[in-house]
Amino acid sequence: MGQITLKQITKNFGDVQVIPPLDLRIDDGEFVVFVGPSGCGKSTLLRLIAGLEDVTSGAITIDDRDATEVPPAKRGLAMVFQSYALYPHMSVRKNIAFPLRMAGLDKAAQNAKVDAAAKVLNLTDYLDRRPGQLSGGQRQRVAIGRAIVREPDAFLFDEPLSNLDAALRVNMRLEISELHQTLKTTMIYVTHDQVEAMTMADKIVVLQAGVIEQVGSPLELYHTPRNKFVAGFIGSPKMNFLAGEYAAGYGAATIGVRPEHISVSSSEGAWPGKVGVSEHLGSDTFLYVDIDGVDEPITVRSSGEISARHGDNIYLTPDVSKIHRFDNQDLRIA
Amino acid sequence: MATQHSRSAARIMMAPAVVLLLGWMLIPLTMTLYFSFKKYLPLRGGDLGWVGFDNYVRFVSSSAFWPSVQTTLIIVGGVLLITVILGVLLAILLDQPLWGQGIVRILVIAPFFVMPTVSALVWKNMFMDPVNGLFAHLWKFFGAQPVEWLSDAPLFSIIMIVSWQWLPFATLILLTAIQSLDSEQLEASEMDGAPPLSRFGYIILPHLSRAITIVVLIQTIFLLAVFAEIFVTTQGSFGTRTLTYLIFQRVLESQNVGLGSAGGVYAIILANIVAIFLMRIVGKNLDS
Amino acid sequence: MARAVTTRRKALNTLIAWSIGLLIFFPILWTILTSFKTEAQAINDPPLFLFFDWTLENYAVVQERSDYMRFLWNSVIIAGGSTVIGILIAVPAAWSMAFVPSKRTKDILLWMLSTKMLPAVGVLYPIYLLFIELGLLDTRVGLTIVLMLINLPIIVWMLYTYFKEIPGEILEAARMDGAALKEEILYILTPMAVPGIASTLLLNIILAWNEAFWTLNLTAAKAAPLTAFIASYSSPEGLFYAKLSAASTMAIAPILILGWFSQKQLVRGLTFGAVK
Repeated sequence: MGQITLKQITKNFGDVQVIPPLDLRIDDGEFVVFVGPSGCGKSTLLRLIAGLEDVTSGAITIDDRDATEVPPAKRGLAMVFQSYALYPHMSVRKNIAFPLRMAGLDKAAQNAKVDAAAKVLNLTDYLDRRPGQLSGGQRQRVAIGRAIVREPDAFLFDEPLSNLDAALRVNMRLEISELHQTLKTTMIYVTHDQVEAMTMADKIVVLQAGVIEQVGSPLELYHTPRNKFVAGFIGSPKMNFLAGEYAAGYGAATIGVRPEHISVSSSEGAWPGKVGVSEHLGSDTFLYVDIDGVDEPITVRSSGEISARHGDNIYLTPDVSKIHRFDNQDLRIA
Repeated sequence: MATQHSRSAARIMMAPAVVLLLGWMLIPLTMTLYFSFKKYLPLRGGDLGWVGFDNYVRFVSSSAFWPSVQTTLIIVGGVLLITVILGVLLAILLDQPLWGQGIVRILVIAPFFVMPTVSALVWKNMFMDPVNGLFAHLWKFFGAQPVEWLSDAPLFSIIMIVSWQWLPFATLILLTAIQSLDSEQLEASEMDGAPPLSRFGYIILPHLSRAITIVVLIQTIFLLAVFAEIFVTTQGSFGTRTLTYLIFQRVLESQNVGLGSAGGVYAIILANIVAIFLMRIVGKNLDS
Repeated sequence: MARAVTTRRKALNTLIAWSIGLLIFFPILWTILTSFKTEAQAINDPPLFLFFDWTLENYAVVQERSDYMRFLWNSVIIAGGSTVIGILIAVPAAWSMAFVPSKRTKDILLWMLSTKMLPAVGVLYPIYLLFIELGLLDTRVGLTIVLMLINLPIIVWMLYTYFKEIPGEILEAARMDGAALKEEILYILTPMAVPGIASTLLLNIILAWNEAFWTLNLTAAKAAPLTAFIASYSSPEGLFYAKLSAASTMAIAPILILGWFSQKQLVRGLTFGAVK
């Protein structure tokens, strides 16, 4: 079981309140991603759940047990750190076995569990090596191995992929998702990368300045962002925002259109503009178009075949049904 | 950043060290202060009552005080001058490419590991002895009259012994500092056409200034407390009585504890003046 | 500096550096050589360098007449004991300051350092008196305690700078893995800090071994370590150079060897991390 509830928790560092009162419920077996820009309090929130920091007020319950005052070792949670935090003086086998050794398991049981985990994670050949002799991806797997042998109620991941190169990151993303499918254990995953959030999560928690901006499934956040911040944060490339007369026509203070919801034409359309930079990715082409009265260029995602050059005149037409409207409080207008 | 739990654990784990050092500092310090306001002669009547600042005045106005201050300053200043100048030169030399650098380094550092009583005795007898010392042989070889080092040039002799002990310390620290100098900086200045002497003056020396300050401060604290070297060579005679030695004599030899304690308070104040500067530098380093 | 220089320049550097190195080392070398001479050869004029009748007699005589082994043993106990006890007290303190820093940590560290600067002579009588009252005068226990206390600030500082280099996440990982504080320090921190602890140990044994104020003033015959034993040779007659040299060689040899091992860490320890 791994059902975690945060009730009105706050956290102050000195006089600074990094987390104002916050409520959150994480269901058993869910893959929850905390996402937000750096400094938004997502790692602090994870460390509060882990017990590595204590809450200033409020309560944390894990499976209906009050865990607020329980030390990290006794919460039944396992954590994978950004730096992997492997014990450099121990072999891979001893690293993975460490939580079992702390739990007082006998040698034979330790070895059986380590061997099983190593098999799942493709680490069998490396069990006698030291962490220093492994590649980044292998270290990451050792860290995960150390977490799974404990059979915890929930896994906590603190930006586990940020030290890997791009290709490896995609691989590990899949592996972690697969692991979740196999184990069906609650996972809480912290990242600043919305792509990781979108691809892995059952439920995304978007945080800004310690405040939860929205909780929902990836598609909910994509289709119905609650406010301008979430709208801008989720989705890649970022949503375009237009204010002033462009928005007034739709009865809003600001409107948002995703790059993939704008069509282009060289002869006619709603918004005339000039092509700035165009990025050809093969499958897609991203155009950055300057239009009158808007400071930032509008990003447009178009087909790979389009041939637009710097300085070309172009017309943009948004898909009206996919326009997001926000009021002057930046909140979504339904 | 930690939990309440680990913070209270931290406090408990720090306690033994803090309590011990607090006791080590406060108890003797309080006693010294206490005695310094008393006429206290353990062998001649013991505690003879409060005398106010009498000891402080008497310590400063005694005929031995100013000479001892002068001696202290000459020894500390002389040793600092010799070790810092030679230390900089030696550090630069050892930083040059040469064969057997590691071994030379070891040879140069070795004196630092020799216990003070040994180095003082070896120098006193085997080098400075006017009859059988190596210097006497050397002088005679050149037809000169051997020098009675410890009675004719006592301060110079002690400065030499102590400098020999502390030169390794200065060299080692300055060498470490030089090695942290970015060699590209030197090459850039070479490209800019700076001759060796101005490279030394404009780049190496400023880079070393912090290390030199640290060497000066740390050595000062240790040099103010030089004891064994005098204890086994001149016993404070021939004008080699430093402030430290004077206090030692007042307390243990003439058993005038009140007077010695007042002297001790002066020594503590003096050391603290130097210490404040050292701590500033170390403290700044902690922040970075 | 990885710069190409001419062989001639390198040869010249080598010549100068070796000459100066040997000059600085000469008093030690001379002491070692003299320890193998007879007393007559030791004061021979002109001085004998290598061509004399090498003898081990002095070493035997020193041991026989003065019970050298007892002083050596005192030194070992006092230097080793004070260092080990100091480290046992300092490890938890350094853990606290490195991994659970508070606003006062810096002040505490600097204050500890300041106790090291207290001139010994300023508190000579109080300590002397306390030692008499507590029956610690001329005991190894007493001296071990004093040397532990005067070196404790350096030990805490050195360990602190080494611990600072260990990432806190690793200790947090251990905590998450179910390790209690004791296990965290015993199984994770200490093994990871072994190189740092070893150099702290080494440097402090050296400092305690060579300490020559308290060892001279707080001991007599019973607990005197080598510093005090050597000081007892300070009578001025010339006919004992070989024996003095033998005693001196034995007193400094162990520490010279330890010192050479620790030279890299020396700078850090002696400057409280201000120069690395």
